[in-house]
Amino acid sequence: MKAKTRETLIAWGMVLPALLVISIIAFLPLFQTFYNSFFDASLRPDIEKRFVGFKNYADLFQDPRFLDALKNTIFFTIISVLFETILGLLIAVLVNQPFKLRGAVRAAMLIPWAIPTAISSQMWKWMFEPSTGIITKLLEALHMIKPGVPILGSPQTAMWAIIAVDVWKTTPFMALLILAGLQLIPEELYEAARIDGANVWQRFSKITIPLIQSTIGVALIFRTLDALRVFDVVFIMTRGSVNTETLAVYNRVLLMDRAFTGAWFGYGSALSVIIFALISVFAVIYIRSLKIKLE
Amino acid sequence: MSVKTKRIIYNIVLTVSVIFVLIWCIFPFYWAIISSLKPNKELFDPHPTLWPKSPTFSNYVKVFQERPFHVNIWNSIVVSGITTLVTLIFGSFAGYAIARLHMKGKSFVMILILAVSMFPQISILGSLFVILRKMKLINTYLGLILPYVAITLPLTTWILQNFFRDLPKEIEEAAAIDGCSRTRTLFQIVFPMSAPGLVATGLLTFISAWNEFLFAFTFMQKPDYYTVPVAIALFAGRTQYEQPWGQLMAAAVIVTVPLVVLVLIFQNRIIAGLSTGGVKG
Repeated sequence: MKAKTRETLIAWGMVLPALLVISIIAFLPLFQTFYNSFFDASLRPDIEKRFVGFKNYADLFQDPRFLDALKNTIFFTIISVLFETILGLLIAVLVNQPFKLRGAVRAAMLIPWAIPTAISSQMWKWMFEPSTGIITKLLEALHMIKPGVPILGSPQTAMWAIIAVDVWKTTPFMALLILAGLQLIPEELYEAARIDGANVWQRFSKITIPLIQSTIGVALIFRTLDALRVFDVVFIMTRGSVNTETLAVYNRVLLMDRAFTGAWFGYGSALSVIIFALISVFAVIYIRSLKIKLE
Repeated sequence: MSVKTKRIIYNIVLTVSVIFVLIWCIFPFYWAIISSLKPNKELFDPHPTLWPKSPTFSNYVKVFQERPFHVNIWNSIVVSGITTLVTLIFGSFAGYAIARLHMKGKSFVMILILAVSMFPQISILGSLFVILRKMKLINTYLGLILPYVAITLPLTTWILQNFFRDLPKEIEEAAAIDGCSRTRTLFQIVFPMSAPGLVATGLLTFISAWNEFLFAFTFMQKPDYYTVPVAIALFAGRTQYEQPWGQLMAAAVIVTVPLVVLVLIFQNRIIAGLSTGGVKG
């Protein structure tokens, strides 16, 4: 056997375990989800599977609960990603300045990211607690909310509270990613601009922004992708009540609660496909941006 | 405005902003620690204090006495530990083959693996549940480890692939000339040289397995098999109306402190790893 052929065989042997696991655990179920979305199906053994074509999809777009979930997901995604990007950029510029204890501040910024979402959601839920929560008390003192109205129990505030948790968790991380981009900008560029008489704003808008545009772009797409599938924080804070239900939360209700009582499994699968399609758009842009050329 | 006043204003704005960012990042964690140390009377005082007046560890004792929280911790350690080990082995094999060996279509393989990290977990949840149920893996460690390996492999393979690519090729070539086989080169030269990269990547894998909620919540349906995030999310008091917040905060602190310490120790490596991959929280 030629050495090259042998090497190719070894190479395929080495990627095989990885490919096998992701095929069985990711690609196979994904394929089955597509397949099931064209059926009336249930997780109850006595309900028979029946082909219904595109009926599940058509029904979904008549389902007010789905349309609300879609609206909530888009609202959550746009607002949280917007805040995370703007605040992330500001904090990145801030911690790029030289000052004492800069290292300690950067380290502290990893804390919100390291805490499991399930746990930080509970920590925040405690701060939002209606009678003794520290944020409730603070907002009451500032007359921003009426006493006795629970933050997580009223439709005007619940979604904003959830967004606050997501922004808290993700902004520092976003800032660290942008910071990595900032540190690649050569100091000489700023020196030259300063000598030419450019002020702070001109230096920021004419040097910093153009040079970190692509870093921000990639981070933004990645966050969008993540926000569109949000589950943990919504589920733990409100269980999807008071008009905060997102697509993933509704989807789990269909697949895991209702599918055991009636023919909802196919319907739930159709929703899974829609979420997948929505996210694929951003995933393709993201993977393209990585410019993978390994040959 | 004179240069001196400008300087002073800059320093004030900088200091205030830094303090604000610090408080913002740390306060929820600080508040959890403080709350976990407060006795119930202080906890439900309508005028909360920033410091416990009579600190107590009773919440930390109760969290193990009144519920099987040690079992939850053990479940999480087993599942995340084995996941990390398996992912590192599979990921470093795949990463090395893609980085170094002659192989047609390796870009396609890498994209295929990376694509999985973009899969919304919810989109495979239902069908994966049916598959695992058929294999009798619901309420077993293996039933959670397999999905975790699949969702952590993409990032691990990608980071390690980048890492192997940056190792000096000459060492491997010298080993080959000296008659060292490919396998021996891999185990005795490449992997030991990659130890720092493997440790950092392993830590990222461990954290994402430790933090995962949706799969654990769906595939582990008996309280004895709950992992830490599930136990904490479903934390309940004796009655529906009584949420034991003190215990809940104690539990949160117990499992978060080691994580935070690890992250602070490995912060530089983590940031480097994250910047090459982008990662979900």
